[in-house]
Amino acid sequence: MLELQHISFDAGSENGSDGKEILRDVSLRIEDRFVAVTGPNGSGKSTLARIISGILKPTSGRILLDGEDITDLSITEKARHGISFAFQQPVRFKGITVRDLITLAAGHDITVSEACEYLSEVGLCAKDYINREVNSSLSGGECKRIEIAMILARGTKFSIFDEPEAGIDLWSFQSLIRVFEKMHKQVGGSILIITHQERILDIADKIIVLREGQVAATGSRREILPELLQGTGTCAALLNHA
Amino acid sequence: MDAIEKNLLAEVADLHNVPEGAYNIRLNGQSAGRQSTAHIEITGKEDKPGIDIRILPGTRNESVHIPVILSESGLQEMVYNDFYIGDDCDVTIIAGCGIHNCGVDTSKHDGIHSFFIGKNSRVVYVEKHYGEGDGEGGRVMNPTTVIHVGEGSTFEMQTTQIKGIDSTDRVTEADLAEGASLVIHEKLMTHGHQTAKTRFTVAMDGDDCSANVVSRSVAKESSHQEFFASLVGNARCAGHSECDAIIMDSASVRSVPEITANCTEASLIHEAAIGKIAGDQLIKLMTLGLTEQEAEEQIVNGFLK
Repeated sequence: MLELQHISFDAGSENGSDGKEILRDVSLRIEDRFVAVTGPNGSGKSTLARIISGILKPTSGRILLDGEDITDLSITEKARHGISFAFQQPVRFKGITVRDLITLAAGHDITVSEACEYLSEVGLCAKDYINREVNSSLSGGECKRIEIAMILARGTKFSIFDEPEAGIDLWSFQSLIRVFEKMHKQVGGSILIITHQERILDIADKIIVLREGQVAATGSRREILPELLQGTGTCAALLNHA
Repeated sequence: MDAIEKNLLAEVADLHNVPEGAYNIRLNGQSAGRQSTAHIEITGKEDKPGIDIRILPGTRNESVHIPVILSESGLQEMVYNDFYIGDDCDVTIIAGCGIHNCGVDTSKHDGIHSFFIGKNSRVVYVEKHYGEGDGEGGRVMNPTTVIHVGEGSTFEMQTTQIKGIDSTDRVTEADLAEGASLVIHEKLMTHGHQTAKTRFTVAMDGDDCSANVVSRSVAKESSHQEFFASLVGNARCAGHSECDAIIMDSASVRSVPEITANCTEASLIHEAAIGKIAGDQLIKLMTLGLTEQEAEEQIVNGFLK
């Protein structure tokens, strides 16, 4: 279980200037299988993911993982405590192959058939990809799938996906959802998904709505989804014209 | 050969034993073994140090190993090796130089390798430079490679210097006849106070010839690297040069790509980039549980792979 206690984050506060407050007093308990975080652009969703994974340090507040205070741990230590993070924008590496990355993610040498399993889960044919370099010759969608395969290979108890649906076109959401379900079945723990996709929100056990750096609403999808869909309807100005 | 020398041989030529096919092993300025084959003749030069390697036309799927080992501190030499490769050949030439210096005097190997390649041949040339030994004496290598690529022939050069050479000034010159192609992959890593200078000049003289010169380098600590690449298009040709460098610590890198077209049908491109390891690459690998140092190693190894 992951618990955030009164997390705030000011951008620019590290250089001592008065930064913009990106997150304000966010407190959450994440213990369900699938937790979706949604909200408008700039509401602080990605910042929250970066704080949990240790890439950013909160200005104030504490982070507890299964009761242990992990606030001040480094990225590496948080990763070793069982936190995984699939980036919204996957990183490319010259010379490093898909197999290298999946091996590093797994933390031990893996066989071709193991790597193959992770890749086919995300809809890639291992034979075509395993020795490819993760460089600019891969499309955004391909990189995104490899990013997800790395999280599968890690198999940690707390995984964060930042807009996993973005850039994944032909591969159906159904497959993505199946990946999450399988991950949970094999590893247990919680999966936190930052998303704008209704079909992903639809499988969430819990939905958290962020707005202007604060938790605007939290609850089951039955409680949150209808309200959310109403709020994101056609622009009022357009309706008036019609 | 003692253990140190055997180790150097393994580093530069992947050789653990006497190689198959033609070879010439040069050890501390002397020939330590030589073998010609039915198609490949190796003879010593009479007027200066070095060897002539003659490969008969039509020789296919054969290799030549010509490693050079220096294990005596303070030894300095200048060697001339000439390669005459006939028409319709397909051969691999593995050169390489290893220096072990545990003394205080500078050990130095300078070599001029000249290639005269006939028509419609394919030559793969692999060259590795390696230095070791904890002496204060310098380990210096200044290789010059001159390549004349004949009509319809291909020359592929892989040159690697990863460790231990304190100072290097390498010059590679090539001219390409009609339909010839040249591919060069250079990998270079410097550390400490090492300096490495590398200079490629390619004259593209024949129609439909092509050249692709790619250098990847990592400069660590206080080392300094300079890269020059000059492609000259004198005919209908396609040329591309690329220098990609990772810079770390207090190292410095200078990159000077140059392209010259003397023909309207010449198509030439150069790319050069110098930068530190991208922060998001480090962060990504750290989120997989690697320490910053481990992440850095992975990125550098991959880059030079």
